[in-house]
Amino acid sequence: MDDSTPLPRASYPRIAPLYRFQWEAAQNAYVLLFPEGMVQLNVAAGEILRRCDGRCSADEIIADLRAAFQSDAIDADVEAFLRSATRDGWVEWREAVTP
Amino acid sequence: MSSTVPTTAALPLWLVAELTYRCPLHCPFCSNPVDFANIQSELSTEEWCRALAEARALGAVQLGLTGGEPLSRPDLEELVGEAHRLGFYTNLITSGVGLNETRMRALKDAGLDHVQLSFQDSTRELNDFLSSTRTFSLKRRVAGLIKDHGFPMVMNCVIHRLNIDHVDRIIDLALEIGAEYLELANTQFYGWADLNRSQLLPTREQLERSEAVVAGYRQRIGNRLRILYVISDLYETRPKRCMNGWGTTIMVIAPDGLAMPCHAARMLPGINLPSVRNASLREIWLDSPAFNRFRGDQWMPEPCRSCPEKTKDLGGCRCQAFLLTGDVGATDPVCDKSPLHARVLEIVNGPRPLRPDIERPLVFRTPENSKQLLAETTEP
Repeated sequence: MDDSTPLPRASYPRIAPLYRFQWEAAQNAYVLLFPEGMVQLNVAAGEILRRCDGRCSADEIIADLRAAFQSDAIDADVEAFLRSATRDGWVEWREAVTP
Repeated sequence: MSSTVPTTAALPLWLVAELTYRCPLHCPFCSNPVDFANIQSELSTEEWCRALAEARALGAVQLGLTGGEPLSRPDLEELVGEAHRLGFYTNLITSGVGLNETRMRALKDAGLDHVQLSFQDSTRELNDFLSSTRTFSLKRRVAGLIKDHGFPMVMNCVIHRLNIDHVDRIIDLALEIGAEYLELANTQFYGWADLNRSQLLPTREQLERSEAVVAGYRQRIGNRLRILYVISDLYETRPKRCMNGWGTTIMVIAPDGLAMPCHAARMLPGINLPSVRNASLREIWLDSPAFNRFRGDQWMPEPCRSCPEKTKDLGGCRCQAFLLTGDVGATDPVCDKSPLHARVLEIVNGPRPLRPDIERPLVFRTPENSKQLLAETTEP
């Protein structure tokens, strides 16, 4: 998914099965865990990925983040992050809700 | 948010649990200590569970279950279950020997996250020769089992002079068995590998060819298989960080409970390794002289101490420094600023047997060889 691809905002992003997403109190951060590795996420990345549970569309996630951060100017940032997370294989997309 | 350790101390994010030195394989490049046969008294299930809980409280999140062959422990499933309950990401690092449908299912149910499966080569002949076992077909079956149960799989192959020319076929094998990652780890010359260095160290030409092969595959296959190629630092002019920095990220616990900043630290003289039997992991990590010995830069000699690159490589590998210079506190002689760098050049440019397997037989990692080597070193 490169920067010119429109984000499928009606689709449902979720953490790819190769990865585990969890809160780490000792690091005071969300992390992504994968075979023999870890990415420590910054606050924004953690807040976005926390919502990528396969039950909310990208549109719904962005609306929720706008409300949570009381800002209407976040769309471009969230989209850019989701594109890069998709390129990295952290996030995959489904047409329908993950049961 | 309350943290369990002072925010200035780095966290031991990665716990390596060497559950046992027992292993059905006899690889001559094993990183286990040469005197493993003399090390008895494995930690009990309860002792491991306590260590896991203490490590988790310190912030450890990645758990490598290794050995020896961790499947030699009948309580492996129980330990995985406890680690999973504590919130670890659990990695089983295995030869595959002993991994049948029943145990695979039990490990899945216990919450195992990932399996790293070792091959010694892409060919049956060399795989079975190097491991001294007939395990090539078994490993292929186990790979299928791992995928059937939906685990992410890392295929690992230790690379050396005898198999480095097969790197293309090793990558093909990883693609064929559906691994997500392939770890091509050039042999690090400690433990058994150090005994067999002249037979196992690849030539510079071999190394360069293999790097080109890996680069070509990476371009062709993209993200389908991620290849981690760990090169041999003897051919470098700057050292690697030791375990991401001594006492900064990783704690290794040996089968008998010794806590180590790196897999090979046991052979270092003058380092009094603490045991999880006598101290909490918190005390070990924060206060033990062993874990503090090479933290920071106060221990560094010149040319490290005034070197602008000291924050990058942290003086290099302590075990390599000891093996090649006799001084555990020396600059890693891989660095071409080291006054002893010539010793590394002697090794990589020195004469080597043309047919290493015939002219000088490999010393395989067996309990018998271990005992014999121990007897030789302790004789007056």
